[in-house]
Amino acid sequence: MTETKSSNPAAEVWITGIGLATSLGEGLDAHWDALNQRRINVDEKGFAPYIVHPWAPVNFDSQIPKKGDQRQMEAWQRIGTYAAGLALESAGLKGNKEILARMDMIVAAGGGERDLAVDCNILNSEAKGNSAPGFLNERLMNDLRPTLFLAQLSNLLAGNIAIVHGVTGSSRTFMGEEAAGVDAARIALARIAAGQSDIALIGGSQNGERKDLLVLYEFGDFNLTDKFAPVWARGDKRGFALGSGGAFLVIESRAHAEARGAKPYARLTNVVADLARRNHPGEVTATLEKLWSKIGKLGNNGAIITGATGAEPATSEERAFLGEHPDFAVRASGTAFGHTMETQFPLGLALAALSISRGALFPPNDPTGLEVEMSNPPTQIVVIGTGHWRGEGMALVEAIK
Amino acid sequence: MAATRDKFGRPIVVVTGMGVVTSLGTGKADNWKKLTAGESGIRTITRFPTDGLKTTMAGTVDFIPVEPFSSTDLSERLGELVAEEAIAQAGIGTRSDFPGPLFLAVAPVEVEWPQRQELGRAIGASTEVDYDAMLRVSGGGRFAQYHRRFLFGSVADHLAEKFGTKGSPISLSTACASGASAIQLGVEAIRRGEADAALCVATDGSVNPEALVRFSLLSALSTHNEPPQAAVRPFSKNRDGFVMAEGAGALVLESYEAATARGAQILGILAGCGELADSFHRTRSSPDGKPIIGCVRNALSDAGIVSDQIDYINAHGTGTPENDKMEYLGISSVFGERAKQIPVSSNKSMVGHTLSAAGAVEAVFSLLTLEHQRIPPTINYDIPDPAIPFDVVPNKARDARVTAVMSNSFGFGGQNASLILTREPV
Repeated sequence: MTETKSSNPAAEVWITGIGLATSLGEGLDAHWDALNQRRINVDEKGFAPYIVHPWAPVNFDSQIPKKGDQRQMEAWQRIGTYAAGLALESAGLKGNKEILARMDMIVAAGGGERDLAVDCNILNSEAKGNSAPGFLNERLMNDLRPTLFLAQLSNLLAGNIAIVHGVTGSSRTFMGEEAAGVDAARIALARIAAGQSDIALIGGSQNGERKDLLVLYEFGDFNLTDKFAPVWARGDKRGFALGSGGAFLVIESRAHAEARGAKPYARLTNVVADLARRNHPGEVTATLEKLWSKIGKLGNNGAIITGATGAEPATSEERAFLGEHPDFAVRASGTAFGHTMETQFPLGLALAALSISRGALFPPNDPTGLEVEMSNPPTQIVVIGTGHWRGEGMALVEAIK
Repeated sequence: MAATRDKFGRPIVVVTGMGVVTSLGTGKADNWKKLTAGESGIRTITRFPTDGLKTTMAGTVDFIPVEPFSSTDLSERLGELVAEEAIAQAGIGTRSDFPGPLFLAVAPVEVEWPQRQELGRAIGASTEVDYDAMLRVSGGGRFAQYHRRFLFGSVADHLAEKFGTKGSPISLSTACASGASAIQLGVEAIRRGEADAALCVATDGSVNPEALVRFSLLSALSTHNEPPQAAVRPFSKNRDGFVMAEGAGALVLESYEAATARGAQILGILAGCGELADSFHRTRSSPDGKPIIGCVRNALSDAGIVSDQIDYINAHGTGTPENDKMEYLGISSVFGERAKQIPVSSNKSMVGHTLSAAGAVEAVFSLLTLEHQRIPPTINYDIPDPAIPFDVVPNKARDARVTAVMSNSFGFGGQNASLILTREPV
């Protein structure tokens, strides 16, 4: 197990900026309103029988001023670069060249968006008997747009954020589905807590409206089909609905924040993570329990925001864990946002910080009754990230006393 | 070595195990012998048809059998081999119980053409292939192994299981700097006191048609196909691009305290790491060289040394017109007049550009340089570029007194990383 804690009082870490751009809209007010109205944006038709949470269109110009920059990116990079801009704005750092130049960045990224037409053209030609040795080479050389590779490369979301927003401290990109989002937060927090960094931008983005991405999860029968249902109500129709969205946060040491007069949303107290082998039933439940015991001192005014996917057996194992902690009100972000994979954990952190800063946990959205109302303002929120296949992570987000 | 902490009060990070595989061969001995003999591992590609391609050569690793074959499977196998070699040398834990985290630099994993073509065949010749048709044949468990194989985290997942590393493994990409970044993450974890040991692995087995085409379309690759061994010409006037290559490198890092407590042999010190992002362009460096200069300075200050103390620079040295020029600008800005005298050689002239693995492969070669007091050459150096007056250690290896090495990695998307490696703590 790896864990990271701010043990040095001087290295308390605050969340000072939040950027959200998802299927529910953009910005903190839009998201708060949508969550309080229990609004969900799903498309059951466009990718039928699959279900996606489609991107709510924005004016990209407002965060990515140059059209040339926008054109160099595929959708997932545009979404992420946009959300990163919102986070920097939220932190009051837009245009602050001095800080941005030394700001560290850890991005949790997928990537690899295919040119579907090029792929299908090749396969159709091959089906018709085109099997000359150089056929694949020739088609790829002639039909691929030369800059597509840059739009596919996982580290080029960070690259675009550096170019567009001027964030040029250290730049790291983590890959690895849900766990990448957990570890981006874990490592960024650890570095600041230990004095290896002062301020960092963390987050990720996904374009969920991708048939090539659906294929990967279809290989494992992970896609939710036909009819949408909230995460806890999927029963035998298990699986997840891919979501489009970007979530970024600015985190910094308390000293750095206070020195520049930044107002925090909440404290990022701890992030822990592990990799259960999942060879036997109950391993995920046991791992979540172990993480819970390490996350920090928990009181009785807490809630849980989980990125539970609806995939099995991970979701049932997580339910068993949640059942052991009934005094914490639960919210599944996958219901409203779909599954944004690498971005789900940063999304959870963002929702936790937002809730704490607004003095309320957003209402439940669950017909099964697992999610219950919480009347008090939450002072602690545990964010959970259980990978559909591998990886378990937790974070403790707390109100600042 | 008495002190366990460096001059900044941080745990000293030492190397106790190394592993390497390249087109030159498997393991340190084989690689070092050929590297110092000035041999090239670049060959004409035989793995797949090269008709229609402008670049037909690469530094492939064709002598490691992998079944079933995919770039991802090859990358994983190379990663296994170097981790095994490093752990065995370190004598740490057991073969399947490594007492620390895994940091893995790997190329972004994706479904590859053979699998896509298999889907095409599953659809059948009488149905038009589109992604809806592909989706219809993808489920039901028939291709379940492709979900497991082509997740981004799959290589790290398998290596973590095989070697019993602790906690959540990290898969990272910083383009051509990835190998250095994996090492840097290990150094930072040990300095934070989070771990006494870290397994840092970097691997790349991605010479396949689409990867070759992608770099070719960006005009980044050499097209000097004949003879292939002469294609990579770092710092030469007639250099024309890099050559894709495969390989893997692994380091076992430990705190000096933990290493000496268990009586491990210390192979070298990871004295410093520097990094700095470039915001100028997605593939080109800022013309003023400031990010590279800043990265190099960051590495020196992280190690707490000055440029005069560097005896040798293991260059990024890809052999592209752009990189080599920018590397000279960066180095000469920091090292001043000494830039013309300090030996600067490029392993890539022989093993090619091992991409996600490069930073780690070249860190291993830098440590071997320190061990053997012998500097590998930059081969194919026949026509110097007068604008780059480096001492590139041309064509033949050179014995030298080397106490501190700087190893540079500068990648697409503005990722710059530099490592400082020494024999003794500085």
